[in-house]
Amino acid sequence: MRYAMLIDTLKCVGCSDCVVACQTENDVPMGYCRDWITEVVNGQYPNLDLELKSERCNHCDNAPCVRCCPTGASHKSTGGIILVTANECIGCGACIESCPYDARYQHPEGYVDKCTFCHHRLEKGQLPACVSVCPTNCMYFGDLDNPNSEVSQLLNNRKHKTLAPEAGTKPQVYYLL
Amino acid sequence: MEELFTSGRNIPNIDPYLQIWHWPISVYLFLGGLAAGILFFAAIITILGKDKEYPTAVKKASIIAPIALVIGLLALFYDLTHKIYFWRLYTTVRIESPMSWGAWVLMFITPLSMLWVFSYYSEIFPKWGLKYDFLKKFEKFLIANRKYMAYALIPLTLILGVYTGILLSAFNARPLWNNAILGPLFLVSGLSTGAASIILLSKTKKEKHLFGKIDLGLIIIELALIVHMIMGFYAGSEVQLEAIQLLIGGDFTVLFFGFVVILGLLIPAIMELIELIGYKLPAMIPAILVIIGGLIFRFVMVEAGQLTRYLY
Ligand code: SF4
Ligand code: SF4
Repeated sequence: MRYAMLIDTLKCVGCSDCVVACQTENDVPMGYCRDWITEVVNGQYPNLDLELKSERCNHCDNAPCVRCCPTGASHKSTGGIILVTANECIGCGACIESCPYDARYQHPEGYVDKCTFCHHRLEKGQLPACVSVCPTNCMYFGDLDNPNSEVSQLLNNRKHKTLAPEAGTKPQVYYLL
Repeated sequence: MEELFTSGRNIPNIDPYLQIWHWPISVYLFLGGLAAGILFFAAIITILGKDKEYPTAVKKASIIAPIALVIGLLALFYDLTHKIYFWRLYTTVRIESPMSWGAWVLMFITPLSMLWVFSYYSEIFPKWGLKYDFLKKFEKFLIANRKYMAYALIPLTLILGVYTGILLSAFNARPLWNNAILGPLFLVSGLSTGAASIILLSKTKKEKHLFGKIDLGLIIIELALIVHMIMGFYAGSEVQLEAIQLLIGGDFTVLFFGFVVILGLLIPAIMELIELIGYKLPAMIPAILVIIGGLIFRFVMVEAGQLTRYLY
C-alpha cells in the first residue's frame, strides 16, 4: 500500500476549510497548523497567473526527517505515512531542520507534531479530515499501489508536480496542474 | 516575476524563518570540537612518548576536556524540548542519524576523558593526595594503561571533531549547511582551538613554540577549506548561491569575515608567523583570538544556516 494525496490546483480556491478541519479534528494547539494555503502569483499585471494550493507534510518516500531522528520517534508507518511517536521524541529538532517544506513544528508540550494523513480516520475507513471537507472537492486520497484507484488514474491522466523534487525527498502529495 | 504568499501560517519558531536550534547548539558544537582537539593532542603526544617534554598538552589542558564535554552535553540537553524522554537517545543506535551516533560517541569519550585526567590526578594535585587505597590502585592501573587510552582517543576524537560539522551538513533542507566540507572544516577548527588552549595554559617556551607551529598549520588548512567551501557554493545550485550570499554579502558578512576570518584566523596566523621568525609577541593574544573566532564561527553557521531553505 502506498498512500498518496492529490490536490487539484485548478479547483482549489484557497478557502482554508482544510486548515480549520485539521485543527479541529486533530486538536492542533492555538496558533499552530498542520496544513496551510499558499498562493503563487506569476507574471506581470495585467497578465497574471495565480496558483492556490493547500500544503502539508508530503509523507516523503525518501524522508530526511526519518533518517535524522536519533530515537526512531519519526518513522514510516503503514502505507508510507510518516508519523512521530510523541513519547519517543526528545524534541531535539533535527527533523524540523531536515524538512525542506517546514512541515513540522514543536508542539507546546515539547514533542514534534505534523500532518498524519489522519491515520486514525483511515483506520475507520474514513478520508483525512481535510479531504472530506473540501467544498470544491479538489483533494483526492488513495492507494498508488492499486492501479485502478482514483489517485492512480488521475496521476496517469493529468499533468502534475510535487514540491521541491530537487530536494530528493520523493513527496507523496501531488499537485494536479 | 513570481510572488509567493502563505496565508494563515505563523507558527512559533518556524515562521517566518526557522529558530529551532539556539545558542546552546553553537556552544555544544564549539565545546565538542575544543575537547576533541585537546584530547587528540594529549593522545598523540603520549603515543609518541613525548609526554615529559610537553606536560601541559597531556596534563593541565586535558582537564578542560571533560569539563567542556559535560557543559556541552548540558547545553544540548537544555535545547531539547521534550527533556523527560532524553534517555531515548540511548535505547537505540541509528547509524543514519548523526545526532544518534554523536550522542553515542560522547557517551564513550566523556568518561574516557575523565579517566584520562584521573590518571594524572597525583601529578596535577600533588597536595591533595588520594585518601583511599582502592583509588590509588585505580590510578596506578590507569597510568599503566594510558597508552591504550591514547590509542582509543585518536579515532574517537577525530569522529567527534568531524561529527560537529556533519551534524549540520547532513541536512540538505538547509543549503548553507549542506556542504561536505563542513565536517573536515569543523574538525580542523576544533583542533586549532585545542592547540590554542594548550598555548594559553603552557608555561614552557618549547611547548608554546610547538603548538604555535601546529596552530599555524591548522589555520592555513582552515583558510584553504573556507575558500574551498565558498567556491563549492558558487559552483552550486540556486539555493546554494542564495545561501552563501548570507556570508558574502548579507547579514552575516561582518561576523563571518570580520570576526571569524580576519580576527579569528588571519591575524593570529600572522602573529604566529612573526613569532616563528623570532620576534617576541605575547602568545596569549593569537590563542585567545583563535578560540573566540572558533566560537563565533559555530554561531554564524548555526544561525545563518537556519535562514536558508528551499523555495518552491
Ligand atoms: S514533508 Fe517534511 S516532515 Fe513530511 S515526510 Fe517529508 S521531510 Fe518529513
Ligand atoms: S525532535 Fe523528536 S521526532 Fe524529531 S528528530 Fe528529534 S527525536 Fe526525532
